[in-house]
Amino acid sequence: MPELYPYAAARIHARELSLLSRQNLEQLLAAKTYDECIHSLHGLGWTDGETAEEILAAETEKNWQLMGEILPDLSLFRIFRLPVDFNNAKAAVKSTVTNVKPEHVFLPGGTIPPEDLLKALMENDFSILPQWIREPLQQAQQVLLKTRDGQMCDVLLDKAALEAVLQEGGRSECALLGEYAELFVAAANLKIAQRAVTTGRPASFLPQALAECRTLSKKSLEEAAMDGMDGLEKYLSLTPYADAVPALKAGASAFDKWRDDRIMKLIQGEKANPFTLGPAAAYFLARQNEIAMVRIILSAKRNGLDVEAVQERLREMYV
Amino acid sequence: MTFTDLLNTLGVPMALLGAVIAALLAGIGSAIGVGMAGEAAAGALTEDPSKFGKVLILQLLPGTQGIYGLLIAFLTLSNIGILGGSADISFAKGMLYFFACLPMGFVGLWSAKRQARASVASINLISRKPDQFGKSIILPAMVETYAVLALLVSLLAVANIGKLPV
Repeated sequence: MPELYPYAAARIHARELSLLSRQNLEQLLAAKTYDECIHSLHGLGWTDGETAEEILAAETEKNWQLMGEILPDLSLFRIFRLPVDFNNAKAAVKSTVTNVKPEHVFLPGGTIPPEDLLKALMENDFSILPQWIREPLQQAQQVLLKTRDGQMCDVLLDKAALEAVLQEGGRSECALLGEYAELFVAAANLKIAQRAVTTGRPASFLPQALAECRTLSKKSLEEAAMDGMDGLEKYLSLTPYADAVPALKAGASAFDKWRDDRIMKLIQGEKANPFTLGPAAAYFLARQNEIAMVRIILSAKRNGLDVEAVQERLREMYV
Repeated sequence: MTFTDLLNTLGVPMALLGAVIAALLAGIGSAIGVGMAGEAAAGALTEDPSKFGKVLILQLLPGTQGIYGLLIAFLTLSNIGILGGSADISFAKGMLYFFACLPMGFVGLWSAKRQARASVASINLISRKPDQFGKSIILPAMVETYAVLALLVSLLAVANIGKLPV
């Protein structure tokens, strides 16, 4: 039986009332200028900051702060921070191998300080890092040193990130996090396969890039990708991801929307869960989603993009 | 001392064991239940302290089983003479008191825990929809029915065992 978190669940359910709805997004989108959009955002309670960057950074910080308040241990949500660690690892490997000073390349919110990654790589002493990142980091460094192939270095670390997410999801006591990890990895595999098909990658690429997961067979996906988009479509019709085919055919942006909407569908059930870690995880993902949506809208307003084009990219909301 | 006399010395301990079970199990259930509902109530109040009155009622609902257990235990102790009078009852009567206390003990424990879950769910309900308080209180209150039924069975039995010619 999973551990119960009645305090966290009750607090989160009360907070759900303040999440942005699709109507709120339409209201932001209807603003005539960027400044008017920022003003509307202030009206919705996103008041910390004057610029888009400041507001979005503050809301992300607030999201983590809330999780820190309601969870007994933030490591329960390590699954959401692992991709940041591996992204920072890529930046650290490249900057140390090419001897370029890393500036504005590290993302905040990881579990490992970027300084530790740099120190480990420069001193060739990986013992200061957690066990799960030592081997992939060392491998990526060796590959980049020997081949100078930055893409291969990225592929290695991206695959390690997917495997780490899946492992973390499997270890979690929260069923939602396990399902989220599976969907996250399956969607990443699909995107990799789609890119390999459209860019005509060699057959040797996919085995190195794909991560094994429960709902997609790595071997079948590799074989399907050999037959192009038709092969992928045929294979996916036998999996729980048959509805991803139109999005895969439409391109990366449409597929990202499919993935985010699918995650939103996955977490919807947590609205009626008053006990476990699920509502907190769902709220966290819902907040990340709304921050991403506001980022898209503010960017569109700043660059004078067409409203209809933005509307097409807007994801399903939690409330 | 005959075997029957020896056996009859166990009458009071058996009845006492029944009283202890009624108070202990129902009390444990209520403590768990009120604690769990209290955690949820604290979560709801952190976001909106104005809901204190509503969540307090929901938190207290699983606490009634402990009171029922205490009532049965008190009545048993009184009837078997531990609180005054003659503490001299037969083994058969002691066993009757013991069994009479069991419904309150076990149903009290189980219903308090289940009622707590219903209370937590209701606290979550009023966190999201504060206007649904009326409905939210009915749902955990339904569980109370079974605790009351157990109380009635134990109460009627404990109150009438003394009249039996055993």
